[in-house]
Amino acid sequence: MSAPREHRESSEPMRASRGGGYRRVAGEYAGLVIVLIAMVCLFGMSSRHFIRVQTFATIANQIPALTIIAVGMTFVLVIAGIDLSVGSVMALSASLLGMAMVDWGWPVWPAAAFAVLVGLCCGLANGFVSVWFSMPSFIVTLGMLEIARGCSYLSTNSETKYIGEAIEGIGAPLAGIGLSPAFFIAVGIVIAGQFLLSRTVFGRQVIAIGTNEQAVRLSGINPVPGKIIVFAMAGLLAGLGGVFQASRLSSADPNAGIGLELAAIASVVIGGTSLMGGRGSVISSFLGVWIIAVLQTGLAQVGATEPTKRVITGIVIVVAVIVDAYRQRLGNWRRPLRS
Amino acid sequence: MPFTESQVVLRLRGIRKSYAAPVLRDVDLDIAAGQVHALIGANGAGKSTLSRIISGLASPDAGTMVLSGEAYAPRNKAGAESRGVHIVQQELNLVPTLSVAENLFLNRLPHRCGVLRRRELRDRACGALAMVGLAGTVDPDTPVSQLGVGHQQLVEIAAALSHDCRVLILDEPTAALTDPQIDLLFEHLRRLRAAGVAILYISHRMDELRRIVDHATILRDGDVVCTAPMNHLTAEEIVRQLTGKEIQRESHHCARQRGEIALQVDRLSRDGVLHDVSFEVREGEIFGIAGLVGSGRTELLRAIFGADVADRGGVHLGGAAEGVRFREPRHAVKAGLAMIPEDRRQHGLLMPQPVLSNVTLGNLRRFASWWGRIRARRERDSAQHFCRAMDVHYQGLDQRADQLSGGNQQKVVIARWLLRDSRVYLFDEPTRGIDVSAKATVYHLLNELAGQGKAVVFVSSEMRELLEICDRIGVMSAGRMTAVFRRGEWNQEKILHAALSGYSR
Repeated sequence: MSAPREHRESSEPMRASRGGGYRRVAGEYAGLVIVLIAMVCLFGMSSRHFIRVQTFATIANQIPALTIIAVGMTFVLVIAGIDLSVGSVMALSASLLGMAMVDWGWPVWPAAAFAVLVGLCCGLANGFVSVWFSMPSFIVTLGMLEIARGCSYLSTNSETKYIGEAIEGIGAPLAGIGLSPAFFIAVGIVIAGQFLLSRTVFGRQVIAIGTNEQAVRLSGINPVPGKIIVFAMAGLLAGLGGVFQASRLSSADPNAGIGLELAAIASVVIGGTSLMGGRGSVISSFLGVWIIAVLQTGLAQVGATEPTKRVITGIVIVVAVIVDAYRQRLGNWRRPLRS
Repeated sequence: MPFTESQVVLRLRGIRKSYAAPVLRDVDLDIAAGQVHALIGANGAGKSTLSRIISGLASPDAGTMVLSGEAYAPRNKAGAESRGVHIVQQELNLVPTLSVAENLFLNRLPHRCGVLRRRELRDRACGALAMVGLAGTVDPDTPVSQLGVGHQQLVEIAAALSHDCRVLILDEPTAALTDPQIDLLFEHLRRLRAAGVAILYISHRMDELRRIVDHATILRDGDVVCTAPMNHLTAEEIVRQLTGKEIQRESHHCARQRGEIALQVDRLSRDGVLHDVSFEVREGEIFGIAGLVGSGRTELLRAIFGADVADRGGVHLGGAAEGVRFREPRHAVKAGLAMIPEDRRQHGLLMPQPVLSNVTLGNLRRFASWWGRIRARRERDSAQHFCRAMDVHYQGLDQRADQLSGGNQQKVVIARWLLRDSRVYLFDEPTRGIDVSAKATVYHLLNELAGQGKAVVFVSSEMRELLEICDRIGVMSAGRMTAVFRRGEWNQEKILHAALSGYSR
């Protein structure tokens, strides 16, 4: 029974369980995909202009910032934390990007790297403070929300700063494809994030920390680095989101991303990630982003006013989470409960 | 059926329940007033499901229940309680942040116009605590989270006893209790019995069943296989009915070669909890730790393992001259220690996660590429190997840990540590609340580890199992180790005496 170094053991039920795994994975996304398709059909019936390549290309070019921020948020929610500062951090990094390019005359790439670094630092600060002082991340990131927003106003004198063409390359649609580089980068980050969460030691530890941190500690793992890295990642991705945002608007807007943290949380939660930690999927969060974006665009096209859009979006968020909770409980009912 | 019509309080007929598979098949059960009725069965036999149905926590798929001559179909726990049916579950159901008194009377807090009447609450709580012998020891205003598991269990029992009940269901009530606490509990059960309460008692401990139970029903795989007065059932008969076959009672101790000192604990102290605890364990030795609940056994293991940091003293590993005090469990793990914690749900398992990630938690590096990608095939093979070595009964590596029975959950936690080759294994109550066959697996494993030259520390509240498998037994009492006995030198009386001696100083 001593731990064998080689693993030559037979594994006869492997294939069966693998196949079941694929089916389960397909089932996991099927619900969200069906909802998305149903929404597209619904809007397609009510508006003749909706089902067009142009509509979806427009959406795809709008969502990269929200997408990558939702990726970071997924990890934060999986460790049973929350990051309220992402919207402000995005605005701060966009503002500093604008400052670097306009006031200091930096070229675009160093400036973008600088903006991402700013986001990373904010995230690290969130992580360190919440872990070191064992503070709830809700409070720490609420503080960061104010700090980062204040800093972005300070750095821009509360004015939108026009950057110009130099920054537009990242967010503008590529000729012939109609999609921006930012969108492709975002999709790449979604795939990498999903891989990181589900197939690596780090991802497994993140899930374990979110499920039962005590058990993780007693099994001989230090949960601290994992937690800090997750917040750092969320900050870094918010910083990159700032670059995307500035690029799409050709300017640095200190008012950008107000309420973005809530949109990100909503997308992640619609995707089925649990606010209680321990459960989540990056790809589902991406589908969640699409659901919210399609809803927004579709409602606009059928002529809904801004207040109506908000009411409907709110209802969709709550219903989605209720359905997900119901599905989860259904899973529990099926389990044999014995003495 | 053995009871006359007038005696029967609760009558179950044809109770059927399935989750994924049938758990109860046409169970008939009569419970008589003024009797302690035992429900005996291996894990998975359906005992808990049956008690959940009676107490309104689950509803049967088919069948009828009659309580005192009237139809009885509780929709929930409150419904059952309004009819005088109460349950004390194996898992604790207390609100940790509320006080003992508030927990005791949670659903009937005394108040005037919604304002809590603290004085009255306190007085009533004192009365209820007196029923389980905690009147002097536990202040009703203490938050429950500050109590040990044993005391929490007693509080929960007190809450049930403080109701007027006709039927009281106790699911493994003694799992966390010490012998004197058990004696006291039994005294109250006898009084309730004399007052005409019907008590349904679920336990794995045969000696307890002998002491308190009048009548027993044995379940196997959801069927009632036998129902008879307790004094008609021999131990062999019960085991035969439980498993459906004759089992040879084997002695679990085996002689082994002992090697060098693997773990030496040197005057380990933690203020207010541990006082100058010293002992050593050799390679190939099983060192038992006996003691009352709250005597510092769990605290001792946690201090050795670095889960709590000791204030003074230290631990010498493998004969090292320098003593160390681990500040974090990971340091202890690196040094070759393993700890299987007392509370497997809180401290051991990732309950909603699959068996796979539970087994490989803390060991993932060895299946990963240099940058951290998990090689799924290797991970699964290895997890499967060790689950099989521990004889875990599960549907597959993807089954969630909270779907397993208690015994199998424990095996999963142990399998995790087998995956990592340690030199010293600290087991904190590994057999608590698990069934007979899972216990046998654990005993077998302890012997096997020791046979491989590992040092094993084994904390248990069950004196019998300590006597059966340990080479030496240290006795904790009020945070001190008051005695160490060698095999052959000990008897129950000596150990009990040592366990109490620390409190009289």
